[in-house]
Amino acid sequence: MSLRKYLDKIKPNFQKGGKLHVFESVFDGLETFLYVPNTTSKSGSSIHDAIDSKRIMSMVVIALLPAMFFGMYNVGYQNYLAAGTLASASFLEVFCYGFLAVLPKILVSYIVGLGIEFAWAQWKHEEIQEGYLVSGIIIPLIIPVTTPLWMLALACAFAVIFCKEIFGGTGMNIFNVAVGARMFLFFSYSSKMTGDMVWVAQNSLLGLGNNLADGFTMATPLSQIGQGLAPNAGISDMVIGLIPGSIGETSVIAIAIGAIILLWTGIASWKTMGSVFAGGIALALVFKAMGMTSISWYEHLFLGGFCFGAVFMATDPVTSARTETGKYIYGFLIGAMAIIVRVMNPGYPEGMMLAIFFGNMFAPLIDYYVVDRNITRRANRIK
Amino acid sequence: MVNVIKLRKGLNLNLKGKATKEKISTELPAEVALVPAAFEGVVPKLVVKEGEQVQAGSALFVNKNFPEVKFASPVSGKVTAIIRGDRRKVLCIKVQTDSEQGYIDFGKKDVSSLSGEKVKEALLEAGLFGYVNQLPYAISTNPTTEPKAIFVSAFRDMPLAADFETELEGNEEAFQTGLTALSTMGKVYLSVSVEQKSTALLNAKDVEINAFDGPCPAGNVGVQINHILPINKGEVVWTVDPASVIFFGRLFLTGKVDLQKRIAIGGSEVIHPCYVETIVGAPFSTILQGRLLHSEHIRIINGNPLTGNVSSLEDYVGAHTSEITCIPEGDNVNEILGWISPRLNNFSVSRSYFSWLFGKNKEYDLDARVKGGKRHMIMSGEYDSVLPMDVYAEYLIKSIIAGNIDRQEQLGIYEVSPEDFALAEFVDSSKMPLQKIVREGLNTLRKENA
Repeated sequence: MSLRKYLDKIKPNFQKGGKLHVFESVFDGLETFLYVPNTTSKSGSSIHDAIDSKRIMSMVVIALLPAMFFGMYNVGYQNYLAAGTLASASFLEVFCYGFLAVLPKILVSYIVGLGIEFAWAQWKHEEIQEGYLVSGIIIPLIIPVTTPLWMLALACAFAVIFCKEIFGGTGMNIFNVAVGARMFLFFSYSSKMTGDMVWVAQNSLLGLGNNLADGFTMATPLSQIGQGLAPNAGISDMVIGLIPGSIGETSVIAIAIGAIILLWTGIASWKTMGSVFAGGIALALVFKAMGMTSISWYEHLFLGGFCFGAVFMATDPVTSARTETGKYIYGFLIGAMAIIVRVMNPGYPEGMMLAIFFGNMFAPLIDYYVVDRNITRRANRIK
Repeated sequence: MVNVIKLRKGLNLNLKGKATKEKISTELPAEVALVPAAFEGVVPKLVVKEGEQVQAGSALFVNKNFPEVKFASPVSGKVTAIIRGDRRKVLCIKVQTDSEQGYIDFGKKDVSSLSGEKVKEALLEAGLFGYVNQLPYAISTNPTTEPKAIFVSAFRDMPLAADFETELEGNEEAFQTGLTALSTMGKVYLSVSVEQKSTALLNAKDVEINAFDGPCPAGNVGVQINHILPINKGEVVWTVDPASVIFFGRLFLTGKVDLQKRIAIGGSEVIHPCYVETIVGAPFSTILQGRLLHSEHIRIINGNPLTGNVSSLEDYVGAHTSEITCIPEGDNVNEILGWISPRLNNFSVSRSYFSWLFGKNKEYDLDARVKGGKRHMIMSGEYDSVLPMDVYAEYLIKSIIAGNIDRQEQLGIYEVSPEDFALAEFVDSSKMPLQKIVREGLNTLRKENA
């Protein structure tokens, strides 16, 4: 308990009047990270459930790890595949290359995002909120591997400030922070977010990987479909995730592991998640029957960011519908919208990000009508 | 056959230190104190002075806004002290008990032949009417209200709460007389649990009996009303604690104010949890003497751990106190890296902890830590999963925080009381003080509507 004693000893410096008072939120964040706060309840319920938002956010991060690690491997895999040296590279080489390519993005995302969070919390004299722990790992996973770090830094800063903090922090935001970052990049630097140039890491790092030729192109299966071509990936590659795409979104298996963790712990709503898939399947079947899409419904689910968005982003409890009935409508809307954008808009091969953005926008309206039914029922009782 | 209402939502917490059926009698304490705060919503106005001699049943204070509502002294003796707090608020009135107890004789009455007005008058006269509560606002009611119905919940299912069947033993006649008395003033609904066997409950007369089958908070009278006879704006429902029904019955049977009651003492910090025969106003120090495991880092609660008030040995048995519970305070506990460690001894409804592995029979020893920082509302559906009422809890809480009274009314604030949100407060991952929020909302609303 010497650490505890040390913390208690330095604590007065950070409290009001102490010389390090400007770092009070940071100290508090560190202290509550190390030890469960032993403040006791003063009013109301004397006992509390052990769950808190730190635990919840940690669980989501754990659920994201399979997708992250697979994403690292796939970044290496795509590079070695493009250079034609895959057969001679070991698993470790491939993974380490991907690790080196992805790690700076995760670090930049956390340093920029958490830095702003810390500063904001201190400015507002609040406790540091944990929400960005999740956003900070999702953002690097939903961008192409070639995104420059300065762009990522800008996007993180924009998303944290304008999608979250100005609304009042985690719990008050309307739009998902990660979607906000992705939207910012997409509309500001669309040439770096789409097209055939961005999906494969092009340079060798610390002697690992290969330098690819300038102007190397590799289309994602979805953009090939968008151009009316047949996708160059088989079903097994789509499910395992060995296809070009944003870093963490390609592997259906890795995402499924995350989905199981989230559903089992009850952190994500099965109603939201299930109905995103239901909406996607329904629309894919409709378009297939109308002859407007060349691929089957399951390929629509396996490709692009559909699974990742459905599991990790649509289920964000803050920006999704909050009523139980509303969750079905909200999820279905997102799933359907994603496929509509893919199939009907020739400019955007992928629609998941836009669909979640629209879903976030409509969630309060959906809830409004669900709650209104209760209000009407209560009002009718008097008559 | 009684009507059985099945409830699905809720949560039964299995805490360590449940009271055994053993009943221990205690002597009449040397000093008792009546605490006005136990009568929610009452602004006390004193009618006695220090040094004055009172009988059991004499008024000690009245409701300032309704002076006809008196509050009876539980014992006869000398008023020794009137303790005041901030802004001269009356905290308690202490009475030194006489060795020979003297009672005011209000006269035995046959309740079945009395009209509702007469019963109300008798309760007012004896200083017991203030024990009747009401919804909306969850406060002590006043005699000008016209109740749409009177609800008595005969079971308590909060963790460590006293079992009413144990309290009822030996008081069956008084309980039935009390119910009959209430039935003269309005239709009485008696709610029982499907697990209760007492014939005094199941064969109670002059009441409509509804049986509830479901986890806590099915015993909350607010939850029961929501399922049987929901309250609309402008309506008032009286709610009566079953222990108070016994007091009412005794008044009519014996003509005396007899506030003796059997309360449970429980919790993991109590040696040998059991039931104690005591009286309203008895000091905790005499009841808990020699019964506590530790003297430091413990929390004494006037009531159960979910809805009771933080208290101390200097507190007194309140008008509606049915149990005293003691749990560890937990302010000396330092759990390292709680966000990731398994924490097997902690209970959580979330499966991110492992309490689901140990089943429902494991007893938990929970302390009073909040176990997390207060956040904005993040997770959705947490409150609704433990609130079996046709109310959107999150939206109601938000409207209370926002101070939007129209919206509160639309969302059903008249149907709820703070205790209905006790479990929601327990499971809330954002650690919001929901009972306090609801109580403040109700108080504001009451002022606005006054």
